[in-house]
Amino acid sequence: MAAVNARAASSELIELADVHKSYNIGLPTEAEVLHGLSLTIKKGEFVALIGPSGSGKSTLLNIVGLLEGMTAGSYRINGTAVASLDDRALTLLRRDTLGFVFQFHHLLPAFTALENVTMPGLIREGRVSRQQLERARELLDAVGLSGAMNKRPSELSGGMQQRVAIARALVFDPPLVLADEPTGNLDTASSDEVFQELRRMHRERGTSFVIVTHDPRLAARCDRLVELVDGKIARDELVSKVTVSGADP
Amino acid sequence: MATAFWLGFETRVAVRFLREGRLQTVLIMVGVAAGVAVIAYISALVTGLQKNTFDKTLGGQAHVTVQALEDVVTPARAPVAGTVLLSETQAKAQRLRSVANWQSMLPLLERRPGVAAVSPIVAGGGLAVRGEATQSVAVSGVDLDRYDRVVRLREKVVAGVARLEPGEGIIGIELASDLGLRPGDRFTVLTGNVSETVRVTALVDLGVRELNRRTVIVPLRLAQSLLGLPGGATSLDLALTDVWSAKTMAQQMRRDFPYKVESWQETNAQLVSALNAQSVSTGLIRAIVLVVVVLGIASVLVVSVVQKRREIGILRAMGATRGQMVRVFLVQGGIVGAVGSVLGLALALLMIFLFTKFVRGADGQALFVITLPLSLALQVAMVASICGVLAAIAPARRAASMDPAQAIRI
Repeated sequence: MAAVNARAASSELIELADVHKSYNIGLPTEAEVLHGLSLTIKKGEFVALIGPSGSGKSTLLNIVGLLEGMTAGSYRINGTAVASLDDRALTLLRRDTLGFVFQFHHLLPAFTALENVTMPGLIREGRVSRQQLERARELLDAVGLSGAMNKRPSELSGGMQQRVAIARALVFDPPLVLADEPTGNLDTASSDEVFQELRRMHRERGTSFVIVTHDPRLAARCDRLVELVDGKIARDELVSKVTVSGADP
Repeated sequence: MATAFWLGFETRVAVRFLREGRLQTVLIMVGVAAGVAVIAYISALVTGLQKNTFDKTLGGQAHVTVQALEDVVTPARAPVAGTVLLSETQAKAQRLRSVANWQSMLPLLERRPGVAAVSPIVAGGGLAVRGEATQSVAVSGVDLDRYDRVVRLREKVVAGVARLEPGEGIIGIELASDLGLRPGDRFTVLTGNVSETVRVTALVDLGVRELNRRTVIVPLRLAQSLLGLPGGATSLDLALTDVWSAKTMAQQMRRDFPYKVESWQETNAQLVSALNAQSVSTGLIRAIVLVVVVLGIASVLVVSVVQKRREIGILRAMGATRGQMVRVFLVQGGIVGAVGSVLGLALALLMIFLFTKFVRGADGQALFVITLPLSLALQVAMVASICGVLAAIAPARRAASMDPAQAIRI
């Protein structure tokens, strides 16, 4: 843990500076969602991103996740400036740097749990190697799904689906995992389960996490809390160690 | 990072998407199969039909004939420039004339590239008489071996053995029944003031009733004496290695020799235009069916792209490039085209089988042979598969152009 923190402190993973984002540019419905936002996240951090609906959380996450471009500003991820990259380069960067856990419809319904987890490997190499299969099994085992590997998402509960998504996000050990309300549609028990899984991955692998959540209870169990209000950072503080250790067994 | 397995990802996802589409996939594949079946069947049918018509009509004909130029009236004197000459000329009656120097022409023509066989013929009109019965006939004097190479006479023999020793003849089956002749019987051929007795060696079926009623084939010498052309030949009949080159071959030969040269296309202009009309209509039908197939595949894939937006978004978020997403849909189009064509070819074979089995002529025989040549089948399958891929281009581009964030959000 100490070693991970030391490494995390040494370098910056995400550097956003003065980022603006508008939608429907040039139309009467044009609206700016992010107004000159700056944010830095270091390697190994476990960040909660909170804020009311419409505050720009998802937009920010999409920009950080290279799923959307920004209107103005600068963004460096893992040392690479994003602004000048074309779609292919962005895709490759996303592939190698990021894992995603979405709130809804996070899995490919046509594929089994195991196939969903090996999909990133298939995308990269056109086939699933034995090591990737091993790794996928290992991860599914780690999230407690060894018995459900060959089931389709529709046959799994919400919590189980979300755990498959976590396994998938981690299969290539990306330095950063972005989670958009990963427990948003789960009951309290499943929600706890999933969150503990994320914490465990953070602890064991040193993966950085940015988690968008509405749930203040969950946010309180992260290491750092960033609150967005009206497209601006309203609060950015470390959660007291007492709270964290209480919530994180 | 190199793509170790070509299209591995694309194929896996494409197959899974298609399998997930179930009814949609089945319907479009059946649609493609129907289209392919129509194309394959109609191609096979028209090929069979044309071959049949062709064989029946051209089987007894030379591809190119060389004859003496027609007699023309030479004007008494050339009109003086600047004057108008009013005159009427009566066309000359055409007498039977020999091709000048045909013996020396024979090897010359045989050496020409593209010429398969040359046969000298003495042809003219006459009467076939036996007892009370008289029939007007067309007498052809030939060298049997040469003639056989041009029109494959031996294949058309239905009774007796084709042989042309002096005093022997081969006749059409209708003429035989009109005169009550069987192989071995004798009859008299009459022309002008010459008459000769001919012994029948074989009966032939030339495929056309009128030809069967009028054909009398005798040795060259016999015809020469019957028609008053000692040592002559009224025409040289040519068979070519490529039937369709006859027209150009005739044009070249017209330039090279002072003879009247005609190709089968010129003597059968109507047949040629009928065959052309058939080919054009078939081509049109095939093109239209193909367009319908392409539109069908495209529309199903467009719907599929909309349905799979979220999956496309997820795959893109996981690192699939735009190119990979394009290829996923192109592969789907290709698979639909390929599977559809395999089904369609099976269906076409069934249709051909039914046609040959149940559609019969008045005589209870199959009308003509239709087969689906492997080359045609492969060609149709390939065109259908390529069309499948082409049909997928627009939907695929649409899939790739989708912003992953938007696709996921929906």
